[in-house]
Amino acid sequence: MIQDIIISVFIVLGGVFGLVGSFGLVKLQDAMQRLHAPTKATTLGLGGVLIGSMIYFALVDGHFSFHELLITLFLFITAPITAHFMAQTYLRMHRDEADLPPSGRPVGWSIYQDPPDFSADD
Amino acid sequence: MFKRIFPHPLLSLLLVIVWTMLVNKFTVGNLVLGVIIGFALPIMTAAYWPGRPEIKRPIKIVGYILIVLWDIVVANVQVALIILLKRHKNIHSHWIVVPLELTSPEAITVLAGTITMTPGTVTALLSADAGSLLVHCLHTDDPESVIEEIKSRYESRLKEIFA
Repeated sequence: MIQDIIISVFIVLGGVFGLVGSFGLVKLQDAMQRLHAPTKATTLGLGGVLIGSMIYFALVDGHFSFHELLITLFLFITAPITAHFMAQTYLRMHRDEADLPPSGRPVGWSIYQDPPDFSADD
Repeated sequence: MFKRIFPHPLLSLLLVIVWTMLVNKFTVGNLVLGVIIGFALPIMTAAYWPGRPEIKRPIKIVGYILIVLWDIVVANVQVALIILLKRHKNIHSHWIVVPLELTSPEAITVLAGTITMTPGTVTALLSADAGSLLVHCLHTDDPESVIEEIKSRYESRLKEIFA
């Protein structure tokens, strides 16, 4: 009984965060703002479901499951890269370097400029 | 000698752990197979790792992961509250520029990934000479303090891990 409640709490919590993340996609107006919703709220949304699943296997099924930890690991590796690619594509298609703050370096941002020639120093 | 057999000890250890977790059952047979994979894969792929990063203090990684995990939980709640409670015109998004002191590509990758996963910030671009990051901030009234927090909370710790 108690274990059912604990598992349910985590799954419902995960569902709520997933819903808020999806709602953010509808509510936020700017493409860069919309990028925040799926990379954040959904992480905890999935996390809640995975913790619920781990507790289920540990308490109800009686053996420990590691797959949830692996899903977390792979998600943490891939989610920032996806967000980074989407941000780059958006900036490349819809923004100019003039819209962005200066990089504070002698060269500009990488999608608008080639890297400086390092071979000259050698 | 040790370096010849295990060119990348941390990768070997990670492969053994991930393999054991993948098969989801801890037996001696699985562990032996995991050790064989952890032994063979780094040797086979060593040629593709020129200029591998040097990790000075592996223990510090554990502390870093715990801090980031905690920040992700906080970030989720903060972003959820911003999405639910703030009217669109009250959300003040900013571009911020984070100057980097880290030089190794791996350390910059970890920092950029951490920024994306934590409170209301997404890494968008790297400057062409890898000297600064362009970060989009969902809601802040004080962009300077966000830069300061990223540098003191994450970059300083990464500087200790990747020397």
